[in-house]
Parts: sequence; structure tokens; C-alpha cells
Amino acid sequence: MKILVCVSNVPDTTTKITFTDNNTQFNTNGVQFILNPYDEIALSRAIELTEGDKGSVTVINVGEVNTEATVRKALAIGATDAVRINAKPHDAWYVAYQIAQYVKANPFDLILTGRESIDYNGSKVAGMLGELLDIPSVSIIKKLDAADSNATVEREIEGGKEILTIPYPFVAGTAEGVAEPKIPNMRGIMSARTKPLTVVEPVEVKTFSEVLSYEIPAPRGQVKLVPADDAAKLVELLHTEARVI
Amino acid sequence: MSVLIYAENTGGKFKKSIFEAVSYARAIADQNKTNLVAISIGDVSAGELAALGKYGAEKVLNVSGDKLKNFVNQAYASIIAEAAKKQDADIVVLSNTFSGRGLAPRLGVKLEAGVADGAVALPEQNGGKFTIKKTAFSGKAFAIVELTSANKVIALIPNSYKVVETGGTAKVEDFTVETKESDFKAMIKEIVRSTDKVSLPDAEIVVSAGRGLKAPENWGMVEELAELLGAATACSKPVSDAGWRPHSEHVGQTGIAVSPNLYIAIGISGAIQHLAGISSSKVIVVINKDPEAPFFKVADYGIVGDAFEVVPKLIAAVKEYKASA
Repeated sequence: MKILVCVSNVPDTTTKITFTDNNTQFNTNGVQFILNPYDEIALSRAIELTEGDKGSVTVINVGEVNTEATVRKALAIGATDAVRINAKPHDAWYVAYQIAQYVKANPFDLILTGRESIDYNGSKVAGMLGELLDIPSVSIIKKLDAADSNATVEREIEGGKEILTIPYPFVAGTAEGVAEPKIPNMRGIMSARTKPLTVVEPVEVKTFSEVLSYEIPAPRGQVKLVPADDAAKLVELLHTEARVI
Repeated sequence: MSVLIYAENTGGKFKKSIFEAVSYARAIADQNKTNLVAISIGDVSAGELAALGKYGAEKVLNVSGDKLKNFVNQAYASIIAEAAKKQDADIVVLSNTFSGRGLAPRLGVKLEAGVADGAVALPEQNGGKFTIKKTAFSGKAFAIVELTSANKVIALIPNSYKVVETGGTAKVEDFTVETKESDFKAMIKEIVRSTDKVSLPDAEIVVSAGRGLKAPENWGMVEELAELLGAATACSKPVSDAGWRPHSEHVGQTGIAVSPNLYIAIGISGAIQHLAGISSSKVIVVINKDPEAPFFKVADYGIVGDAFEVVPKLIAAVKEYKASA
């Protein structure tokens, strides 16, 4: 089975988010970038599914040269090879379009993405890729079992789950539960340096959205403390002051 | 031109998040002085459909059929896109539910539309410029995004827009679309729904607990408090990582982002990743025995105390309040 895992390069989860240039640019000063945690889950599952010569795992990233450390990390975790489309990931549509062009020329049985990137949280690339390639897509899955001609996935729904069987090829966005993230070992780190990383130039495409600026959520006022033995006071405040119960 | 709202049903009924999305779409239609058309796919009664008029839909397109009883991402997207074209809709609104998140990107491609997922406010339309506020950095910030395409797809976060009743009944019309076989490749084998619990992503009140509870068997009081308040239960990442609670309850940067009216955090210290997932909660209550816990800095109300003493007292107080109300 040939699996493609789409990965993005995102600020570490502990990052305090700030902006510069009148709140129009994300302040990358001192920010550590990592492999998107949900993509790490996708990659880990892809490696499990192809263990023992049962296929290959290609990782693909749309990013400039600064994302190569993240791509190498994916190779160190165990991907077979990597592709970097040499462009700034303008938005989900741009990224999905570039990857779709690559996949049309290089078909895969299964395409995995993380459920969303932790920077823009769009969860759009999986669905857009599915539509561009005219194949099924499932946006957020918690479980993925592969058989020869199809896979069974668990999709999260409000207050439950849905179990689906989908024939290959299809696209799925993975969430927690699909796999435990794999940690690269020394051999993986050494071999990552020599694994193939192909750089592909992007194709021209019109874009449909622009980020104009950012806002930080408004700070809350001082916390109102209630004595530990007076829970009734809290209930009263929630009812009469906050009006939420 | 018109605005099209996809009214997703859950077992034949519309949830509050859908009424929010219809009210929101109504406001966008008003901005553009145009009509609001709703589309429903699946088995929904005529009365339930007509009731969407209460929130401002003038017309409801009803699409039903054996193959469409349950959600099929590809087929539903094809139907909604077709309806948008037939109704001359340049703006399509969805609720940012799990299914909505599957549909929005496919619709974006089909309609060559910019997609604003995770929208939290009405768009601003000035001199042909269409901008909208959406969540970014997993709740740590918002982005103001301009959609530059002629068509637009917007997915609204539950609990971010108020339900507005304008009165009125919608005209319900049957709408048929030729569907293609290749849109039905994904087959549903089973749907498991825990009907006795409030669903977390669209809950109005969430009771969440962390490592401060010490062991999974101590969750009884969390569940009792949640049930009394009609709330969903949630947890922090270390708790779901330890297997004390299911992953579907994990709230935070790499879990679910919630925006309830009331978020009660018990025994959670308030790591930056957890706070990201709950920052758009309207009111935050923190119960923690450590007065230095970072969670108190973002809380509206707090109790410094041992969860095992405070929560039972809180349960008793809520019972008393409910008995007197």
C-alpha cells in the first residue's frame, strides 16, 4: 500500500502567540516550530500500516526551505521518502491544490492529513483534496483499520461515533486515538539524512482568502474568589450575576 | 443572489446550533438585502422544516431519499452545491459541526469559494471587501480573513451567535438532485450515539476535570454535577492520555475546542494548551487547591479548595438552587 501523509510545520503547542506589524504578522521570534501533532498521529499510523514491507509512506509538505527540519523529523520517525513543494502555504486551498497536482501525477492508495493544523485550525485540506481528486474524504477519524481493498474508520460525531467502510483511494484527517505518536530512534535520525527528499516547484493558482490581521482574545477581569465552604454563594453568582444557570 | 444555509439534522431534529446558524445566515442575508434559503437533507418532518422560518428562513428545500438518510459527505456536498447554483446563492453557511467541517472544504472547491471555517462573528462588508473573524492558533488568537472570491462558504462555531426569533413559517419545497453513484463510496456500517449524555462540542455548560481528581473512579461527582446542570463532561490531556477518560472528552489545543456559556474546571492547573481550547467560553469557574494555579488568571470565578470537599458542596448547592427555582 502506498500512503501519502501531508504534514505541516507549526508553532510548538507551548508557544505564547503574539503578533507584530500592527497585528498583521505572527511573531515567529523565539518560536520553536514542530511537526503538527495531528500529522504526527497520521504518520505514525501510516508507518504501522506499512510495517514489514507492506508498502511505503511518503510525506509531503508545502513550505519553504525553513520547513525542512520538520520534513526530516518525519523521515526520522519512519517515512520512506519526502516531497517538499517549494512555496509559502498561502491558505488551505493553495496547499490542497499543490498536493492534488502532485497526487494526480503520482497516485497513492491512501492519503492522510492531521485533522487540522494547530495554527490555522481549518481542517480543510483533507476535504479539498478529496474534492480535487474526486475521491471520498472523511474529516476527523479516531480509528483506522486497513484491509486489502478498503479501510474501516471511526468518524467522530457530536455525542458519538460513526463507523464507515471506504474503498481506496480516499483521504482522511486523523485525530487522537488513531495511533500513539512514534518517537524517532537514533537509527531513524541517522537514516533521515540520506532518505530522498524531492523538492518540487509549485504550480500557479488563484487564491480565495487573505489573512488581514490578528486579534488576541480580550483579557478577563480579576477572578472573583468564593470561600471554599460557601458553594451556595458561587451558585448564586452564576445565577444572578453571570446569568449562566 | 441569496444566502443558503445547510440545516443539519440529528435524528430528524434540529439542534440549537442549527438555529444559531440560521439566525446568523438571516443576518448576513439582511446585510445583503437578499433572501435566506435553507436546505435540509435526510428524514425531517414537514413541521420541523417549516419551523426554520422562525429563525428567518423564507424557504426550505427538503431533500430526502433512502440513500440520503444518513450523512454521506461527498453526496451531501454535491447536493448543497447544486442547490447553491439553482438558488443563485453566493454565500453558503454551515454550522461548524463534525459534519460541517467535512462539507465546507468540498463545497469551497465545488463553488470556487473562499472558506471561512470556525467563524465567530458576522462578516463585515465594506466597499466590496468581505472580511470575517475566525479562530486561529487553536483558540489562542483570532484571524481577520478576507474572502476574495465571488462565492463564499462560512462555517459558524456553535455558541458564538445568539438564536434570534423573527417569527414566521418557511415555505417547504421538495428538492431533487440527480446524485452520482461515485458519491456513495463511503458506506456507513454503524452509528453509535450515547443519547444519555450531552454532546461536548455544542454543550452550553461543560464540567471538566483534571489530574487533581487523582483516579478515574473519582469521576462520579463530576458526572453528577454535569447531569444536574445539563452539562457535558470533559477532561484535560493528561487525563485522556492516562486512559482515565476517552479522547473524545479531551479539551485543549490538540483536543476539542469548546465555547460554552459556562466552563467549570476542577483540578486542572491551566496549562497554555488547555487554556487554548476553552478561551472562548463565556464564563469560567475554576476549582483548585493550589491558589497559584495559572487557571485562576483566566477565570471569572474561583474557589481555592480541595475538589473532594468543594465539589460535593457545590452539588448540594445546585440541588438546593434547583429545588427553590
